[in-house]
Amino acid sequence: MSLIEITEVKKRFGNNEVLKGINIDVAPGEVIAVIGKSGSGKSTLLRCINGLETIDEGSISVAGAQLLPDELHLKALRLKVGMIFQGFNLFPHLTAGRNVMLSQMVVKKTPKAEAEAMARRQLERVGLAHKFDAYPDQLSGGQQQRVAIARALAMQPIALLCDEITSALDPELVSEVLAVVKELAGEGMTLMMVTHEMRFARDVCSRVVFMHQGRVHEIGPPEEVFASPKTPELQQFLGVTH
Amino acid sequence: MNYAFDFGWLLDYWPVLVKGIAVTLELTLVGGVLGVSLGVACAWARALGPGWLRPVVAAYVELIRNTPFLIQLFFIFFGLPALGVRMGELEAANLAMVINLGAYGCEIVRAGIQATPKGQFEAGASLGMSRIQTFWYVVLIPALQRIWPALSSQIVIVMLGSAAVSQIAAEDLTFAANFIQSRTFRAFETYFVATLIYLALAIALRQGLRGLGWTLFPKRTAR
Amino acid sequence: MSEFTTWDIVRNLLLAARWTILLSIVSFIGGGLVGAALLFARIGKRRLGQIFVKTYVELFQGTPLLMQLFLAFFGLGLFGIDVPAWLAAGLALILWSAAFLTEIWRGCVEAIARGQWEASSSLGMGYIQQMRHVILPQALRIAVPPTVGFSVQVVKGTALTSIIGFVELSKAGTVVTNATFEPFKVYGLVALIYFCLCWPLSKSSQILERKLNVAHRNH
Repeated sequence: MSLIEITEVKKRFGNNEVLKGINIDVAPGEVIAVIGKSGSGKSTLLRCINGLETIDEGSISVAGAQLLPDELHLKALRLKVGMIFQGFNLFPHLTAGRNVMLSQMVVKKTPKAEAEAMARRQLERVGLAHKFDAYPDQLSGGQQQRVAIARALAMQPIALLCDEITSALDPELVSEVLAVVKELAGEGMTLMMVTHEMRFARDVCSRVVFMHQGRVHEIGPPEEVFASPKTPELQQFLGVTH
Repeated sequence: MNYAFDFGWLLDYWPVLVKGIAVTLELTLVGGVLGVSLGVACAWARALGPGWLRPVVAAYVELIRNTPFLIQLFFIFFGLPALGVRMGELEAANLAMVINLGAYGCEIVRAGIQATPKGQFEAGASLGMSRIQTFWYVVLIPALQRIWPALSSQIVIVMLGSAAVSQIAAEDLTFAANFIQSRTFRAFETYFVATLIYLALAIALRQGLRGLGWTLFPKRTAR
Repeated sequence: MSEFTTWDIVRNLLLAARWTILLSIVSFIGGGLVGAALLFARIGKRRLGQIFVKTYVELFQGTPLLMQLFLAFFGLGLFGIDVPAWLAAGLALILWSAAFLTEIWRGCVEAIARGQWEASSSLGMGYIQQMRHVILPQALRIAVPPTVGFSVQVVKGTALTSIIGFVELSKAGTVVTNATFEPFKVYGLVALIYFCLCWPLSKSSQILERKLNVAHRNH
């Protein structure tokens, strides 16, 4: 059974239809790379899965939790999928440790000691145990993004959505974040990531989704998609980015 | 509360109100134009003027911004004659408003000038323009465009603050209201109507200034 | 004239300045409380609350404070009670301050980046939790300088209450002038006292603002 079911999803901004009927099923443990030009709708799709955008038609469910626009259903869904953003979005007024503790305490009502232990474990996991008391503005971009990952992991989600999580980073910091993601993939975490890192997509992902003008244009295992792109659009896209 | 509201006096006294509105508008127009000019001059002096002038302007700005308009008005109208400077109510009112807006305008325009990218000054200099030419042609217009909304709000604030000039017997809208209520004993209704007129003036002035902004700064790139 | 020394004048003005200070404090705190209540209605999800606060702010920011004082004074009088000036003055200044503080604080809440809302949403927080733990703590920090700055407007605003007969610094200035016939000196001193009250507030607002900007640049 699939973990994430995306069925005939359509999304409009005013008159502009950005998602024109998307169907993707993601099995547990799969790592999906979503690639495509900017404006192809790939970020919008990811944001829809987390309920940051409402959808106009179709349905999305994650491990049985339906995407419905009321706060109760949204909360249930968001407890199952975590999200990492391009701009990190750490809470600047809280230390790294507190960033990881906060949602556990206020959303899940985890006791403080337990939340702190969990925060230390997750920061350890992303290699930042020693930065527990540092504030976001004392951390590099790569470190901030790793804290953001730890923050999402602390909620023990079944799946993680990553929206261009290395795009805002200096080139030399990209690898430390990707290493963490790779490790998560190795541990069996279900991941869906919008990315421009083609080498990473090829090495780590189980399937690649190429989006073009609001549709899934091609989908398949990376060796197929990258080695023998079927459509001219994908050939052009890969030609440009290689 | 057994009170019968009565607006019947409006029939007899509307010409008084109209005259008051005219004076308030005139004060605002003169105060606005001269005040903004003074503000620009002071902003230039503080940002790029000669060294001795900067602290003088700074002191003026601080003094005005940290004392009530009413006291500035009283000082000009009642206090200055001791130095032999005498003027009528309207001149005193106008002067007070210009001085007041000048100080706030200075700070607002200065913020706009400070937001000018350094490269603009350098580009002006590299083209052989003098400092004053660079200021006028390259720095000031974009700066004014940038701070036009803030400057507009300040002009509206000065217009609303001008209600205080009635206290030196300048015959503005508030003075008219005071006069009418002393004749009709319908204080609440009179001030209610005057307040609505001020509200309408404020809205109209804000729209007018927005339109003026579009005319003065036609579609250059945003910001 | 000879019976009034400069010290007499200063002493009388300073005694009256106590009322300026007291009225300023009451108006600022009262305005802050009302303003906070309005803020929650303004940024809340109920359409009616938003419209109400928008109108409220428009009315109080779009009309002269002097008119508001008159309306409070004569409006309360409609209830048949003899209205003391301090009551009308306090009421009008509280409502007036509330309008400005609400607008200032709304600006601060809206200045918080959208990503903060999105990140806290994606972690499963509800609206109130986001406000309480993520948005307000940050908004409060950037709200301090403009709030302190606005207190200067409150102190200056109290001068207008002299017109409805509240005896504070400005009214004392007029009274002392009428007794001494030395308007230049008296109003000069009145201005000086206002300056001494306001300038420290202005200055600390600027310093706080600068500190905040430096902290921001370290990001």
